Parts: sequence; structure tokens; C-alpha cells
Amino acid sequence: MKIAIASGKGGTGKTTLSTNLASYLAESHKVVLTDLDVEEPNSALFLKTELYYQEDKFKMIPQWVEDKCTLCGICQKSCNYHAVIQIMDSIMVFPELCHSCYACSELCPEDALPMIPKKMGELKHMKTDQFDFVESRLIIGEEQAVPLIKQSLEYIDAKFSSDYIKLYDSPPGTSCPVIEATKDADFVILITEPTPFGLNDVILAIETMQELKKDFGVVINRYGIGNDDIIDYCNDKKIPILAKIPNSREIAILYSRGELLYKKLPEVKQELEHIADYILTKKEAAI
Amino acid sequence: MKEIVVISGKGGTGKTSITASLAVLGGRDVVVADCDVDAADMHILLQPKNLKSEDFYSGELAVIDQDACTQCGKCFDVCRFDAVDVNEEGVHDINELSCEGCGYCARVCPVNAITNIPLNVGKWHIANTRFDQPMVHAKLGIGADNSGKLVAHVKNMAKEIAEQYNRNYILVDGSPGVGCPVVSSLSGAHFVVLVTEPTVSGLHDLKRVYELVNKFHLPAGCIINKADLNPDKTQEILDFLKEEEIIHLANLPYDESFTIAMTDCKTIVEMDDSKIKKILTEIWEEVKQIVNSVSKKTT
Repeated sequence: MKIAIASGKGGTGKTTLSTNLASYLAESHKVVLTDLDVEEPNSALFLKTELYYQEDKFKMIPQWVEDKCTLCGICQKSCNYHAVIQIMDSIMVFPELCHSCYACSELCPEDALPMIPKKMGELKHMKTDQFDFVESRLIIGEEQAVPLIKQSLEYIDAKFSSDYIKLYDSPPGTSCPVIEATKDADFVILITEPTPFGLNDVILAIETMQELKKDFGVVINRYGIGNDDIIDYCNDKKIPILAKIPNSREIAILYSRGELLYKKLPEVKQELEHIADYILTKKEAAI
Repeated sequence: MKEIVVISGKGGTGKTSITASLAVLGGRDVVVADCDVDAADMHILLQPKNLKSEDFYSGELAVIDQDACTQCGKCFDVCRFDAVDVNEEGVHDINELSCEGCGYCARVCPVNAITNIPLNVGKWHIANTRFDQPMVHAKLGIGADNSGKLVAHVKNMAKEIAEQYNRNYILVDGSPGVGCPVVSSLSGAHFVVLVTEPTVSGLHDLKRVYELVNKFHLPAGCIINKADLNPDKTQEILDFLKEEEIIHLANLPYDESFTIAMTDCKTIVEMDDSKIKKILTEIWEEVKQIVNSVSKKTT
């Protein structure tokens, strides 16, 4: 079963929930957690891990072979991203604009633009004493998160059988990286905080999940601050609220040190139980 | 006219609350640009009235004319994004969420059954905040690509307005992460304000986003929010700032009055008490001083 943990707004507790839930579920199930927030991967900071396997991840970009080129101009015309441009009698490639569609390369009549790999990030497969953990990390300056997320998901699907509970710590927002990280998931947990920002952004996330026709539920973090608008909203729309993680300075301090919460705080463990029960009921229903 | 960009790497460190506060302090000297087009929140605090709204088109989407399609499969073969779905009856259709608008399918279709249509990726607005200052903000469509281009557009509009109305500062609220919208928000900036928090992830993400800032050779200052939460981590951040020659603008305390103000749809500088207002006022004065002295050096 694949479960994505997402949120519209950043900093609402995606990583906190991902790491704690992974650890909690791993007490009784086979679990793999994947950090798909490739721009700012944080899950590892909260886990004691040992490196098991590591590989570089590449995106394919065209490379100009001057000797073969007749300057016919087809490559420039076939690139919708303006990543291949003819300037005087040479062809310039702008890798950061390239989407690896291969059009320029394959439509070139002279094979003058072969595709070559360019490193965009690193994938690390790690193990904690309880579960497997995979992290991908985008190189600074690379702008496109989607190809790296896609390759990370392919790695997970190849290495872990379907009896694993696969948790995805997703990037914030509602744009393409979030879609990529959640589109395969059987269930999406949206975590938010009960503030006007939290409400505004979780509504965007809810609309995104509805658009994707996803099964999802909401977890309220920092419950106790702000107001009850999010609860009213969910009740009104008949969206399940899976848990309410209380607001406390103690939690904030434990988080700041990179510690897991539920082993020290029974009130957090109790909320994780609610989430786990909900997910596991879904899992059994699906079998 | 100086462009000040507020970013953080990590989400939820207080970027928007702080940017909105600086906007209030800057008053009519400032044009506000909310470039967190993915999850824009600044409007909640500044309650702008939209004066002009327009759709934003960027990129393309392939569409197959089913009457013309011979189901030859060429489009399916060339698509690298798995965006051509073929059903049991052999009908070829484009998966809109997967299509990246590269146009390769249309180029190879032997019967010209595929056209690329311009893609509406969101909406942008020119508005007036309740502090009578211009604000440009936008909303990216669900799942849309091209957030970087929408960010660039928002910034360009803000710049035009600032020039037209002679405003001295553009305050840009950026998005979390280090990807395309952040890269786009940094281009053309004069000064970067980094907002962080003393947590393991706050520092980790600060380091990554600063690496990006460094690639642009931009001067930067840092605000450590919730600084008293973990004094050891705060010290680690201070050490990092020193090492990288990032200006330490200020520490802000862990204070739930930020949330209380937000719940009231207000900025914290509008609240009565205000040790925090005093700190933010000092930050704004210092930032102004820095960006104006930077310009003297370069001119």
C-alpha cells in the first residue's frame, strides 16, 4: 500500500508525521519511507540510518556534435522549451531548460545531438533498525524536481514488493512535484495547522487531491492554536479528520533537536494509533 | 528601485508573516509581490482588492483529434512522459497531467491529428492592499507546470508598477524549496532575506538555499525566527552565518502572538504589544540601509 503525506503549506509537519508514522508502523509491519521532497529532504535528520546503497541520478540532455551538424535548424524548431538554440553557426544547449523529451535528438537528420546523461541528484537507500528509508536529493541549481521524483518512485517499485507499506514524504505546494509524488498513492494524508494560512493551503491541496480522484484524509497538527475553521470545513465537506496532534512547546523543542516524538509523548502516540488504524483498515479492505 | 526577496528553503519558518510585516512597515514605499504562487498566503494578511486579473498562459498541451487519428501509435512511441494513453479499443488520448507540452507527438503524427493548445496555468492579479500599496499576486492552477514563469511574470509586473509609481522597494515573498520558482524569484534581486528557525531541518534547508543564493552572487541577511526554541541550534546557525558572511539581521522569539495575529488576519506589527514590532522595525530599517548602500557600491 502506498501512502503519500502531503500538505499545501510548508512547515505543517509532513516530515514529523512521515518519520514518526514510519517508525510506529514498522513495529508491526514491513515499511519503507521515501523522502520525495527532493529540493529540501529532511526526513533523514530525524532517523538513525546506515547507508545501504547509493547511486547518482541523471537526466538526459542533448549534446551538440559540431562535425555532424549541417545547421539545418530542425532542432531549434523542435524544442518547445527554447533549450536548443542556433546562434550564428553553432548550436547552444541550455540543460536547465531541457525537459528530456528527445525531440531535437531524434528528429535531427544527422544524429548531431545525441542524448547524454547529466547528473541531477543522488539517491540513497538507507536502513534504520526498523525500516528501509530512501532519500533523493536534487543538486543545487537543478530546477526540475519531477524527473528525480519519478526515478525515485521507480526505484521503490523495483526494490519493494507490494506487501510493504510505502510512505512518501512529499514536497509542499500543489504544483507538478506534488502531483508526481502523490499520483501513484492509494491514500493521501494531508497535514495542516488550524490557522488561516493552513486552511487556505489545505483547501488547495484538497482540491488537488479531488482533481486527482484520490482517497485522502486530513491530520491537524499544532491543534489548539488558531481556530476551528478547519474542523468545520472538513465536517461540512465530509472529509475525514484522522488525527489531531496537539500544539506544544515541548513538541517544538523535540523536533528542533531532530528527535522522534511518539516514543516520549503518549499523546502523540495515541494520534498515530488513530492514523494507523485508519490506514490499516483501508489496507485490509483493499486485499 | 530595489528588489528584496524573502526565502527560507524550509516551509513554515515564518516567511510570509515576516514579509507581510515588512510590507506594512514599508507602507507606500513598497510594492508587494507574492511569488509563492503554489500556495500564496500573503493576501490573507494584506487583504488586497484586485484591480485587474488576468489568466496566465504558459506552455502547451497536446490534443488528439479523434476523427483524424489513425491509431498508428507514433505519438505513443515518441512520448517520454507516458502521456499518451491507449485504451482497449485502441483510442489514443493525452493524459493532461503527464503531458509536458514538448510537442514531439504533434511533429511526428503522420496525419496531423495532434495540435498543441496554449495552456492556462493560473491567474495573476494586480491589487491594492489595505495599506494602500500595490500588490501583485497569482495562483497557479492545480498541478500546473511552469511555476517559474508565473513567478517571473509576477515580478515583472511588480517592477513595472514600482517604476511607474516611483516606489523604492519591491518586497518578494518566495516559495519554499530550491527549485524553479525559487530560482525565478532570485533572478534580478538586490538583496535576499533568509528566514530560518533553530531546528535540524531549518539549518539544513538554510544551507541548501544559501548555496543557491550564492550561485547568484547575491548579498543576504538572515532572520532567526523562534530563536529561543533551541539556543544550541541558534548558535550553530550564527556560526554558519559568520562563516558565510551572511548578515545576521535579528533573532525573533518563539511567540504565539504571530499565530494570534494571523488568526485575526493581521500582521504582528499591528498588534499592541510589541517587542516584536520593535525588532521588525529595526530589521526593515537595516534592510533599507543595506540595499541602498549596495547600490552606491555598484554605481
